[in-house]
Amino acid sequence: MLDVFSIVAKRLGFGLITLLVISLIIFIAVELLPGDIAQAVLGQGATESNLAALRAELGLNDPAPMRYFNWLKGAVVGDFGVSLVSKESVTDSITPRFVNTLMLALYAAVIAVPVAISLGVLVALFRNTLFDRIANVLTFTSISSPEFFLGYILILYFSVKTGWFPSIATVSPEMPLFERLERTFLPALTLVLVVVAHMMRMTRAAIINLLASPYIEMAKLKGTPAWKVIVRHALPNSWAPIINVVALNLAYLVTGVVLVEVVFVYPGIGQLLVDAVSKRDFPVVQACSLIFAATFILLNLAADVGSILTNPRLRHPK
Amino acid sequence: MTDHLKREIKEALIRDAKTGSMSRRQFLTYSMAAGMSVSAASGLWTSDVSAATPKQGGKFRIGVHDSNTSDTFDPGTYVSVGQIQLSHTHRSYLTEITPENGLGPDMATEWSATPDAATWTFKLAENATFHDGRKFTAKDAIASLNHHRGESSTSAVKSLLDSVVDIKADGEYTIVIELNQGFADLPWVMTDYHFVMLPAKDDGTIEWESGIGAGPYKIVSHEPGIGTELVKHDGWHREGAYFDEIQFITLNDPNARQTALITGEVDSITSVDLKTMALMQRNPDILVDNIPSGSAITLPMFTDQAPFDNVDVRLALKYAIDRDELVEKIMFGTATAGDDYHVSPGMPYAPTDIERRPYDPDKAAFHLKKAGLSSLDIELSAADSVLPGAVDMCVLYSEQAKKAGINIKPVREANDGYWSDVWLKKPFVFVKWGARPTPDQMFSIAYKDDAPWNESHWQNARFNELLLEAKAELDDTLRAEMYHEMCQLARDDGGTVIPFFANFVYARNKNIGHGEAVSSAWENDGARSAHRWWFAS
Repeated sequence: MLDVFSIVAKRLGFGLITLLVISLIIFIAVELLPGDIAQAVLGQGATESNLAALRAELGLNDPAPMRYFNWLKGAVVGDFGVSLVSKESVTDSITPRFVNTLMLALYAAVIAVPVAISLGVLVALFRNTLFDRIANVLTFTSISSPEFFLGYILILYFSVKTGWFPSIATVSPEMPLFERLERTFLPALTLVLVVVAHMMRMTRAAIINLLASPYIEMAKLKGTPAWKVIVRHALPNSWAPIINVVALNLAYLVTGVVLVEVVFVYPGIGQLLVDAVSKRDFPVVQACSLIFAATFILLNLAADVGSILTNPRLRHPK
Repeated sequence: MTDHLKREIKEALIRDAKTGSMSRRQFLTYSMAAGMSVSAASGLWTSDVSAATPKQGGKFRIGVHDSNTSDTFDPGTYVSVGQIQLSHTHRSYLTEITPENGLGPDMATEWSATPDAATWTFKLAENATFHDGRKFTAKDAIASLNHHRGESSTSAVKSLLDSVVDIKADGEYTIVIELNQGFADLPWVMTDYHFVMLPAKDDGTIEWESGIGAGPYKIVSHEPGIGTELVKHDGWHREGAYFDEIQFITLNDPNARQTALITGEVDSITSVDLKTMALMQRNPDILVDNIPSGSAITLPMFTDQAPFDNVDVRLALKYAIDRDELVEKIMFGTATAGDDYHVSPGMPYAPTDIERRPYDPDKAAFHLKKAGLSSLDIELSAADSVLPGAVDMCVLYSEQAKKAGINIKPVREANDGYWSDVWLKKPFVFVKWGARPTPDQMFSIAYKDDAPWNESHWQNARFNELLLEAKAELDDTLRAEMYHEMCQLARDDGGTVIPFFANFVYARNKNIGHGEAVSSAWENDGARSAHRWWFAS
């Protein structure tokens, strides 16, 4: 096990460096955007004199590298500063939103991962049958449709026509869990439809890929039933690619939900990021982006550790 | 008493009674004074008034668009629809635009000026309180206005108070505003959504961070870009505020907004997508309000730059636009075709006898020829963030102008940074202006020779002379004449094409009632639906 820990430690170290580089890239990108925060805040109401006053108040007259290092100084000790627009602590404004985003992602993942993997096993078992074809067509259709379109379709049938679920997913922290699950069912379902196909196809491909191997042949020859061949013999060896795809999709559930948030008016982190970019609110943009980046880094790491644990050969790279 | 007069009195009584400013007893007394019998008056109350009489109670949920996580409580940087809607609900102003688009009292009960209109006195409501119980006094009013003045002010409306020299208290409930020039419209300016009344701190600044105010509802919880919950402020000094609770829910996506109204998640929405308006109107449970406003679309050209420095080129462009077609095809009929002066029909002093310039490609070609040109190639910049359909409108205008030999090339600019990089920078652009209450305000910010936002760089000596004169004129007839002449000048010499004034189109559940008239100042009855509307059933 020790070797796994050393890999994790090494990867976390690289992850931190990656985050640092990303923060620099984001800072430069925000600087490159046309107009600055003072202009974005005042909009059509900007004049020379109130622009100058606002710039002075926000400290925009300092040179760019100095502003970056001032931010960095706080960030390394966990202080992400205050939003330039609202003057509120970035941590305070992001935390409830991020919790919402995580809850929705978790909700979707709890449905999507088991469904996708069992579907994948089933279509591998019944490959090239009608069932396989139908499952493929349906999941491909859902992955090929844009999320907002899927969302609108779901709203039309499950909310406007039948009234089963609310059309907007406004949630508050004090809402009871069951009500919350009901309120967020449609956005979660939209996300499920978007991610299922990818994971299912990968499960199917990984399993079928192994079916030609001699040891599967052997299992068949000794008379093992088809489902057992797949679940007992093929699946354990195909975990590595499946876990990787699952991790990627989980990351997507956290970082790719802006459209779903907009369609269902869900108070998640995506909308916050979009608003912050349009106002050039650098500390908020930075914090949101770093959260997204960290999500990718951690989930990738988790996927690698998972693959290693399911396949001991990977622990001893040649 | 003539029948005609009687009928007018009767209508006025019903109108007042319906808005809730009169009790049943008062209604009967006045009706009898107007010559009606008790039974007739009583019958009238039952049939015409109480059916539309405001009822107390309920939670009014408003789905509001353009509400962002970056919205703050700082009145100096108010800019979004969400902030405007909220500020009229939890805060208050010295004066207000009434549902009939007149000027009415809010925190000030009366106001008067010296004959030169350079010193104004506002008497404040003596029974007004802030949400925490503090009394509203002159020092609060002064601090609130001073927030928008002075060197270090970051307010977007600093320029509106440029001519103010001093604001002083005269006793606890009177303020005196001194200006360095006559300014007859000052009480109108006080309705601007930035000038909210807030509690003063000891150092003379205002306490805006807490979200407190003296408006009809006080904030219980507020999450920028998500929503706000409010309850009635019992100490509110005015009539109205029929709902017990108000909830604003941010619904920026048009589809989400309309679905929320249809499925009963909200009772009212502040904007309807014009493309699907007809479908909303077909729904028997929904009422759509389509209210003409003073919000103009302007196409300013730099009149100090070729080819727009030639008045005939400007006239050619003004004749080459088919406003009716634009209103019909781009706005789906929810706009009022403009003429080329920036005074909407609903504004005070709006001229009524200037004939609207028709679409006439021949005349346009004639003016082009008179300018010594056989054809004209220009670019017109627009972005859909300014108005959905802005670029389409420019494409259609371009087609219309082709018949006159004018080639307008529509340029789609980036949504982001349009106000800082395109407006006032490029010579011919698409602009949308929020409504201003009076012609003076509109002309002073965007047409005066030295105004920073003189978007057409237009210099007309007579116009500027009249503008100054009218500013200080308290006689309404004389002012109307001056504005008439200024409109004529802008129309025939100015550098701005005004295709139309956009309507406010919003919708509500049919169980929400409102008065016969609704203000055209902002969406939802001048952003005052929270205290003017009620649950009818």
